[in-house]
Amino acid sequence: MGCRMVYQLLKDRGLDRFYELEPSPGIRPSESSATRAYEHLDADPIRRQLLDFTNGRLARVTFSIPAIHCAACVWLLENLYRLNPAIGEARVHFPRKTLSLSFNETEITLSAVVRLLVSIGYEPAINLGSLTAPPPDPAARQLLLRLGVAGFAFGNIMLMSFPAYLGLNPADERGMHHFFGLLSILLAMPVLLYSASSYWTAAALCFRRRHLVIEFPIALGIIALFTQSVVEILAGISEGYLDSFSGLIFLLLCGQWFQRKTFASLSFERDYKAYFPLATLRREGSATRSVPITSLAVGDRILVRHQELIPADALLVSGDACIDYSFVTGEAEPVVCRPGEHVFAGGRQTGGAVELETVKPVSQSYLTSLWNNAAFAKPRTPQIQNLTNRAGRLFTYAVIAIAISTGAVWLVRSPPQSLRAFTSVLLVACPCALALTAPFTLGSAQRILGRNRLYLRNATVVEDMSRVSTLIFDKTGTLTHATRQNVTYTGDALTDTEQTWVAALARQSTHPASRRIADCLPPPSPNLAPTAFSEVPGQGIRGVVAGHALCLGSPAFVASDAALTEAGPYVSLDGTVRGRFAMQPTYRADLAGLLHRLAARYNLVVLSGDHPQAEPALRQWFGPRADLRFEQSPADKLAYVRQWQEAQPGGVMMIGDGLNDAGALRQSQVGIAVTEDISLFSPACDAILDAASFHQLADLLAFARSSVGIVKAGFVISLLYNTIGIGIASTGRLSPLVAAVLMPISSFSVIGFSLLATRWAAWRHGLS
Amino acid sequence: MSVIVILMLASLVVAIAFLTLFIWAVRRGQYEDVETPAMRMLTDDDSDRRKADEKGLQPHE
Repeated sequence: MGCRMVYQLLKDRGLDRFYELEPSPGIRPSESSATRAYEHLDADPIRRQLLDFTNGRLARVTFSIPAIHCAACVWLLENLYRLNPAIGEARVHFPRKTLSLSFNETEITLSAVVRLLVSIGYEPAINLGSLTAPPPDPAARQLLLRLGVAGFAFGNIMLMSFPAYLGLNPADERGMHHFFGLLSILLAMPVLLYSASSYWTAAALCFRRRHLVIEFPIALGIIALFTQSVVEILAGISEGYLDSFSGLIFLLLCGQWFQRKTFASLSFERDYKAYFPLATLRREGSATRSVPITSLAVGDRILVRHQELIPADALLVSGDACIDYSFVTGEAEPVVCRPGEHVFAGGRQTGGAVELETVKPVSQSYLTSLWNNAAFAKPRTPQIQNLTNRAGRLFTYAVIAIAISTGAVWLVRSPPQSLRAFTSVLLVACPCALALTAPFTLGSAQRILGRNRLYLRNATVVEDMSRVSTLIFDKTGTLTHATRQNVTYTGDALTDTEQTWVAALARQSTHPASRRIADCLPPPSPNLAPTAFSEVPGQGIRGVVAGHALCLGSPAFVASDAALTEAGPYVSLDGTVRGRFAMQPTYRADLAGLLHRLAARYNLVVLSGDHPQAEPALRQWFGPRADLRFEQSPADKLAYVRQWQEAQPGGVMMIGDGLNDAGALRQSQVGIAVTEDISLFSPACDAILDAASFHQLADLLAFARSSVGIVKAGFVISLLYNTIGIGIASTGRLSPLVAAVLMPISSFSVIGFSLLATRWAAWRHGLS
Repeated sequence: MSVIVILMLASLVVAIAFLTLFIWAVRRGQYEDVETPAMRMLTDDDSDRRKADEKGLQPHE
């Protein structure tokens, strides 16, 4: 029905081409959003913070719209002005899934713009996190410029080195060679000073910290390459090695660029702010007003409606609260609260509206105070102890030793040659192939993992993944489906006809429990509509179907007198209680097989916030060695990970989904957030795993290990080339031509090896 | 052989012109998003965009 409404709207405005562009564009206004009010967006502090720019008439705003998924979306959103003339230019940034549009503020309000977007099915994600926009990343643009300059110099210097490649004798055309040499130096200057500047800063930093990183030998190599070239050109000895010099820097920057693959529409930095809404309804006297949740004070009375989040720890004043904490604490069953009881921030109310009195400000609540933990204070810096640096360190010592001894030997044999031999060793030993191996292998591994729906924050996570020895799982939403639940019926059996009656009744309600019951029963015929239907929020539904009074809901709702002990929804037919529907979480497909494979290699742990009911089932899959812990608070989980890291060597990988795992995800070496829909909220982590790929976890980990093996193999190959190069250089016979041949052969073969070997490894592990 | 020197200089001038264009494009942010324009050109309707332009609702940066 929603689709037809959208179609009518678009057709009326001549936008029906949308349906031609994509055979199944499939946009549908979501039910929860249709009823939501957006007036709070027009309130001044919020409006000002959301708008990118305004001059009172013209305003510009950028929305994040997770629903953007195809070319037709781009076309429709960019033609938004046809739906409302007050809207000006609209631009979609597809990789980021954002829409940036200008509108005339005197004709249309911000909330009306949002309502328009919601009405055609593109609900913007507006939450507490939208107020503080992430700073743009200037590094990508910087790298592209450096790459461009280096590529330009590389091409032109190579062109001028052709006479040397062709073996022409410099003595024949001395003037021309000299001129080309000087021009090459001129072209190489911006490469040295601008393109390679990141290597200078890294090498300087490494001096100050007294910590050897791979950039140091590279800086040493390129400086040797440059100075020796300049000296030889100026002295007229040879054409220099400036083509190799600029080519190396160009390739190194290519490696950096390749490794910079980012999934622009995903955020790996989200904290609770991205989960909480922007505003809540505050009771002021007899009226209610929408206020930003950051301005809530202790003692404020707030109203939370069906499917809304509780913004702060509060006392329940009135109403029937049935709160779903699954994302916050990991409890699978909703919790029923009575007036006077505490409710916690982050829970989702199901049922009717409830009135609450806040007892703590938003940032100090039970859940959000997790972010005050020290684990969140330290920034996650990339590890200096990575593979390349460890290999590079050994390499540097060896090269410096060889360079000095070569210089010393030549000092004895023929002193004028000794400096040249010394620098020759340094320049030919520049570990460029070594430095290219990891970016290309890990970057390619990151792309392959992305294709298999494991999205890494950056390529170095592959290395961390290969090192972990312990896997810690959350239960709710990770081992079990976040949304799907098994419905089992116990009690007096219902006949098939009776089942369709119950289904007809349950279909009338939007409550998740009703939906699940309706889904598991045979579908009723369309003319079987209940009459006298009523829904008591938080209690249940009743109605008359085919002349029979049906009632579905909580024990007290179904039969006030009978002593019904269990919580789940009961069903009664013509006044007699027939049985109850029990909802059990569904475990993910092939969990037993996956855990069996993982148990062979890793220590397995379960940290669940839920009750220990599921222990027997989990124990059977996880085996006797696994540590299974239940009723763990978010802080407990964080502390457990920290303890484990101190007690055990090897890394810890946390696999979780909810806000209650946020601390553990952050503290562990690799935090993987599992999500049913990657455009939805997931806490800050190192990688986001689409739940559809959960069963492949063992393969993904094995692939990460293979990738690191490929990096190591690449190191061996590049060392081989360096040994040959050093062999030639230490005899003092290194010519520009040899360098010009050796450089591309070593670099390109290492790059080719990295790319092909990762593809082969992916194929071997059954990944696409 | 001096003709090579002249040719070399000419080619260098062309190359520098392209480098300048590239730098200009990167600075303008044309490489920030290389996916959306590819989708846009398949569906875009020139007359419509011109109408939007005429309304003068674009911010002047």
